[in-house]
Amino acid sequence: MTRAASTAARLAPPSSLSGALIVARFSLRESLRRRVFVVVGLLTMVFLALYGLATWQAFKAADDFTGATEAGVEPDVVVGATLAGLAMFAILFLGTILAVFLTLGAVRGDAERGLLQPLLVRPLPRRTLLLGRWLGATAVCAPYVVVVALGAFVITDALGGWWPDRLVGPLLALALGVAIIAALSLAGSIALASTANGIAVFMLFGAGLTAGLLGQIAEAIGSDSLDDIARVATWALPFEALYQAGLAELTADTVGFTRLAIDLGPFGGAESGSAGLWLWSLAYLAAVGAVAVAAFSRRDL
Amino acid sequence: MPAALSVTGLRKAYGSVQALRGIDLAVGAGELFGLLGPNGAGKSTLVKIACGLVRPSAGAVEVCGSPAGSAHAHAQLGYLAELFRFPDWCTAEELLGLHQELIGSQGGVAERRELLQLVELGDVPGRRVGAMSKGMQQRLGLAQALVGAPRLLLLDEPTSALDPAGRRTVRQLLERLRERGVSVLLNSHLLSEVELVCDRVAIIDGGEVVAAGTPAELSRAGGVEVETAAGVRTFPAATRADAPRIVRELVAAGEDVYSVRALSSTLEDAYLEAVGRAPVAGDETGGRGAADEAAKPGADEMGGRGAAHEAAEPGADETGGRGAADEAAEPGADDAAGRAEDEAA
Repeated sequence: MTRAASTAARLAPPSSLSGALIVARFSLRESLRRRVFVVVGLLTMVFLALYGLATWQAFKAADDFTGATEAGVEPDVVVGATLAGLAMFAILFLGTILAVFLTLGAVRGDAERGLLQPLLVRPLPRRTLLLGRWLGATAVCAPYVVVVALGAFVITDALGGWWPDRLVGPLLALALGVAIIAALSLAGSIALASTANGIAVFMLFGAGLTAGLLGQIAEAIGSDSLDDIARVATWALPFEALYQAGLAELTADTVGFTRLAIDLGPFGGAESGSAGLWLWSLAYLAAVGAVAVAAFSRRDL
Repeated sequence: MPAALSVTGLRKAYGSVQALRGIDLAVGAGELFGLLGPNGAGKSTLVKIACGLVRPSAGAVEVCGSPAGSAHAHAQLGYLAELFRFPDWCTAEELLGLHQELIGSQGGVAERRELLQLVELGDVPGRRVGAMSKGMQQRLGLAQALVGAPRLLLLDEPTSALDPAGRRTVRQLLERLRERGVSVLLNSHLLSEVELVCDRVAIIDGGEVVAAGTPAELSRAGGVEVETAAGVRTFPAATRADAPRIVRELVAAGEDVYSVRALSSTLEDAYLEAVGRAPVAGDETGGRGAADEAAKPGADEMGGRGAAHEAAEPGADETGGRGAADEAAEPGADDAAGRAEDEAA
């Protein structure tokens, strides 16, 4: 038989951070048990295999191309950087899918299914639950994009002899980008039903993509006003600004005609990251978290 | 010592809908308190506010002296929601382990095993929730609510998915908890269950407490029924103490008496009367309400149980009383059916 009132003193409720880590660990265990890692791992292997095949073919084609070399353009650098840039976009997209699917029903969806209430009657502040869910999702997505991006760079180096000019910046940019997307999705899950939230976050992702394309167009036609619009839009959705900063760092030391040739591809209009961008991204993350906590604390379950 | 649960002037509005209109009640230490009311009466809202899941519009709710929703209040209570679900991938042990961690219980494996034994799931600690029947999940929910030995247990329809044996297990569990000083707020549609185990009952309708008291206070004497050679006769004003006198008088008058039964109204009667839904002729909900009887010409001569049943049957005053099983056979008598099954078990 359970011990009643006398045992209340033996309870030692966890601190906020410990509570968040308990929730995060439980979320990770769920991902493991639901074989999320197995499915994602297998599909990622397929992605990297296809990327390797494309890289091999692209470098093979570049070897036969001599005209550009005579003009001062290094084909291997253009091909390697362009492929790595495209890979970064694909990896950000995969990371976004992962972040969204791990969080899209975290609050309203789980509350409607009756999963959330038993947890929230424990001495677990709502902000702690949100933090735990975010940590759990980010602990999956951020390492994922870092590992897959590293894999893509290694493949590019092995098959074409190209390696990014800077490595840490692009990887951190991807990791912080998916962490922001996970936070947006988690915040959206407070107000929106799972499907609506998933659609909304992917539309935000699409808006960021559009802002990046606008930047490329602005670069190509030399339009300052369009460039301003693109810059504001990407900073309003900092995962896109971070992606562009990471992209720019891939070829940060590349100059001359090779640089011009690279800018004709996905790198066109990519803004270099500054300390301001990193600070803004962290502040943005904190602001999304604060809004989410405020909204969750007012929500009846 | 503060009340396990204290509710004062509690109001809750969802937009223009007033779910609670000023509820006052208190659950003492070791008290088993039943909450009754029709669907939409506000029972679940009240329980959710006590759990801190819903914010009140006005009024105050305290759990063991702490405001509802505070960390201290959360540490004192266990809760089983009416509509709950546990992650289907985790095992019973893992689920209880998670709740132990969240509440900071030091009970470890021993507490988990003990709780699973208590709800008769001791032989399936490693079974996944997804592989459990609804009844097993409900019992696991009870075990989960008991993690950390709460001083107040809030149970919202805890037996809705249980078979009669499971219901009896829960009833026995509640009685044992009471012996240990645990307070329980039991929200249930099964009136017989509430009547059997609860020390006090509050009936809520339209967001207000419309009746409260012990089950005995809410129920009342309902007359004496005597079967003679001439048929069944009811003496509605008589009590059990009057039975010998009535029998003597009938025998003295030359009648043969075959059986005597003291009648009493049930909590169900009190409930139906309190919520203003006493059955009328043709009503399939069964039960008997004083208001209904009062409105019926010759009711004082009819007696027996189930005015609706009797009214629908010509010569019903000759048929005598009805048992619970009889009610169970009647369409729409869900509660009665549950009770009959329960009694059969």
